[in-house]
Amino acid sequence: MTITENRPGSVLGTRMLRKEDPALLTGEAKYTNDLNIPGALHLALVRSPYAHARIVSVDVSAALAMPGVVAAYTGADLMDLWAAPMPSAWPVTPDMKNPAHYPVATGKVTYVGDAVAVVLATSEAAARDAVEAVTVDYEALPAVIDLEDALSDRVVIHEGEGTNRTFTWDLKVEGHDGQVDEAFATAAYTVSERYVQQRLIPMAMEPRAIAAVPQPFGGDVTLYSATQIPHILKVMVAITLGIPEHQMRVVAPAVGGGFGSKLDVYAEELLCVALSRKHKVPVRWNEERGENTMATIHGRGQIQHIDLAADADGKLTAVRVRLLADMGGYLQLITPGIPLLGAFLYAGVYDLPAAYDFSCTGVFTTMTPTDAYRGAGRPEATYAIERAMDALARTMGLDPMELRRRNYIRHDQFPYTAFTGLVYDSGNHEAAAELAASLADYDGVRARQKAQNVPGATKRIGIGVSSYFEMCGLAPSRVLASLNYGAGGWEAATVRVLPTNKVQVVTGTAPHGQGHETAWSMIVADRLGVSPDDVDVLHSDTAIAPLGLDTYGSRSLPVGGVAISMACDRIIDKAKKIAAHQLEANEDDLEFEAGSFSVKGSPDKAMPLAAIAFAAFTAHNLPDGLEPNLEAQVTYDPPNFSWPFGTHICTVEVDTETGQVEVLQYVAVDDCGNQVNPLIVEGQVHGGVVQGLAQALYEEAVYDSDGNLKTTSLAEYLVPAASDVPSITLGHTITPSPTNPLGVKGVGEAGTIGSAPAVINAVVDALADLGVTDVPMPASPLNVWKAIRTAQQGVSS
Amino acid sequence: MQIRVTVNGKVHESDIEPRTLLVHYVRDVLGLTGTNIGCDTSSCGACSLHLDGEAVKSCTVLAAQADGCAVTTIEGLASADGEMHPMQKAFMENHALQCGYCTPGMVMAATSLLKENPSPTEEEVRLGLEGNLCRCTGYHNIVKAVLACAGE
Repeated sequence: MTITENRPGSVLGTRMLRKEDPALLTGEAKYTNDLNIPGALHLALVRSPYAHARIVSVDVSAALAMPGVVAAYTGADLMDLWAAPMPSAWPVTPDMKNPAHYPVATGKVTYVGDAVAVVLATSEAAARDAVEAVTVDYEALPAVIDLEDALSDRVVIHEGEGTNRTFTWDLKVEGHDGQVDEAFATAAYTVSERYVQQRLIPMAMEPRAIAAVPQPFGGDVTLYSATQIPHILKVMVAITLGIPEHQMRVVAPAVGGGFGSKLDVYAEELLCVALSRKHKVPVRWNEERGENTMATIHGRGQIQHIDLAADADGKLTAVRVRLLADMGGYLQLITPGIPLLGAFLYAGVYDLPAAYDFSCTGVFTTMTPTDAYRGAGRPEATYAIERAMDALARTMGLDPMELRRRNYIRHDQFPYTAFTGLVYDSGNHEAAAELAASLADYDGVRARQKAQNVPGATKRIGIGVSSYFEMCGLAPSRVLASLNYGAGGWEAATVRVLPTNKVQVVTGTAPHGQGHETAWSMIVADRLGVSPDDVDVLHSDTAIAPLGLDTYGSRSLPVGGVAISMACDRIIDKAKKIAAHQLEANEDDLEFEAGSFSVKGSPDKAMPLAAIAFAAFTAHNLPDGLEPNLEAQVTYDPPNFSWPFGTHICTVEVDTETGQVEVLQYVAVDDCGNQVNPLIVEGQVHGGVVQGLAQALYEEAVYDSDGNLKTTSLAEYLVPAASDVPSITLGHTITPSPTNPLGVKGVGEAGTIGSAPAVINAVVDALADLGVTDVPMPASPLNVWKAIRTAQQGVSS
Repeated sequence: MQIRVTVNGKVHESDIEPRTLLVHYVRDVLGLTGTNIGCDTSSCGACSLHLDGEAVKSCTVLAAQADGCAVTTIEGLASADGEMHPMQKAFMENHALQCGYCTPGMVMAATSLLKENPSPTEEEVRLGLEGNLCRCTGYHNIVKAVLACAGE
């Protein structure tokens, strides 16, 4: 396949300002809770204050007597509304435990925040007031908040399943039995590491919001939701509620960030739709931030054991991984699949022989269910291998950058077939690493470190490196099938040239901050020779864009954007037939340039797309058999994932007396192939880096031993502010993907995948002379101080 | 209770419940939904607007406290002919927003910051905006936009 170079004069590759911005900057944009929906009832949920308890009784009678209250229901009252339990679409193994989970609990609750009753009232305040009047009698049961404790089955949470072990999923290289053990037995160097991926709360700035509006006749219902997945949600709500799918419409208005947390099917969405149909009036719900911390999914939550074997030069010879993954109280939409998304990446960007042994076990706990959070499995994998590489470098007394150079898959090895059978499309890790080292002045900072980190120094410099792959662009449908994922990975696009040469693009992607209206307009402008201002991008409404698989997993550009480009090619093919007919020329003699067809060698004999669009509309003079109008629809199933990559280098100064970490410099070099709009690419990397840095330094969902979430507000859960994070130095290399005609790769998660290990490697590097080999995330002053103290006690004893 | 508030240059006389927060007043009573709600602990700053010319978190102000005051929301920042405020333009030109949810509050806080300190350093901008959280941009381009606006 020929990759289109970004041509001189093309809008592709330019820093076009975003079309989305004026509406967002002036307050015109409407988020779900901005919608004016007359006559709507407000839903409020009674949530469990217990992590684990049997529900003895629920009494809603006092709530029903309160002003404005229209109805109040227990879980049992609502059971006849559900045609099926809440969906978990990724049965990773045939024997996976998946206890039935309904929007409102009946027998027992399994996390703080689990819903036990609901109230409908004429105002939000009345509904929330009435929640306080619902009496629930609980029989408290022991909480399970430790993953290893959960695995012991000391307390079995879902008694009917008999165990907390949800599944065990292995990835081994077929036909290479024994190779891993042999590699470890004969290795010159080995390291054996244990890392903890703390639980995180996604904290999109817009909490969730929902409004379900039933049609008075016929049973149609429109669900407005702050969701990343209007299309998937439509199918899942239809199945779960037994609504004929063609009667379900889902609209995602302006959506204020998602990061995976809005990639789900939530109890409140099902409740609003079901109760709006039952009461024949609109029903809406706005999530409060406190609710958001416990009723919206969490991310990460893994204990990772990783062992590396290497030869005398430090060349990796085997990787062994054992994961324990926290599912939370129930399985949400793709909860069990998250560790699998990282399973292929524990050898990172390195040239590993077929000696790989991965096993992951999921366990139920009495905490909020986990699911996809920016990167979903891949930040965890990258963290483990990149931390372990630094551990190996320390063991060998080798510079961590040098160890990586010795192990990178070389650029001349691409496309590279990995031991897993996956083909890495393109890469140049050496170039990205060299650029990062040069931007960071790596050698200079090492020299400064040597001068500053003298014995007794209390301000110590550390340098952390992280090289990563972002396996993204989810995904070839057949590969998803092999992982038993419940859907495909294609994306749909329609391009429609209107009679006046304005262009409508209908996309199945569902942006919530990514700038698709801008980027998709640029792709169409480049292909059809129109102005980006003349392109309108329609999305996120299943009545307007009925086909699509939405936005997650850095898939929108390498799948959805490519589908648009292909639809443009079909428009050009059809337009060429009309041009040839009207110009009385042979199709093969026509060339299309800057929005106009002309006969090669006779530039005066030409027909612009505008004239063709009008001719296609009037249909007065079309070739025999050609249908009127200029419209093309494409559904594109990518042949491969896309494999963005890069190297990040973080420099920190750690105060050993206070444990405070200051980031002195952050350099991120990312390669996402051809860039449609570098302005948007940079924004994605900036935000991603800070989200990973936030995991490294600040954020953690903290539970006490009774299973109470202690971080239920933004005052306690430390999303960093501007004053907590550094400026970021960016660099880019461009290695086009050979698997799609735009040569593009995804970029939405890259920053997050690369950053947490770079930061923690830097912190550990700063303290290595003191005997510190691990600092847990978040590397808060307390955790850093404890790590130093523990190491010093170890040295002195 | 009766209040009289000038919002975006227009006088409103309203009968409200005394417990009404200013953010609910502008959103629910006046229909000015550009001011967003991101938390319930005055931590995120999404609801920032100007009360008598100074940025406040409107979830920490009672509508009753705004009686007799002038309020400017994000809808009132552009000029009457629709020309965006220099800060709005600077945000657009520097790609200082992605999902846009924190943006109205961030813009209101940033304009207030420059009024107090017309030529801030990068550090002063970062400290000045620490009451406004953004989850998308990593703040890099927000800081850049504010510094660019200050330089104009």
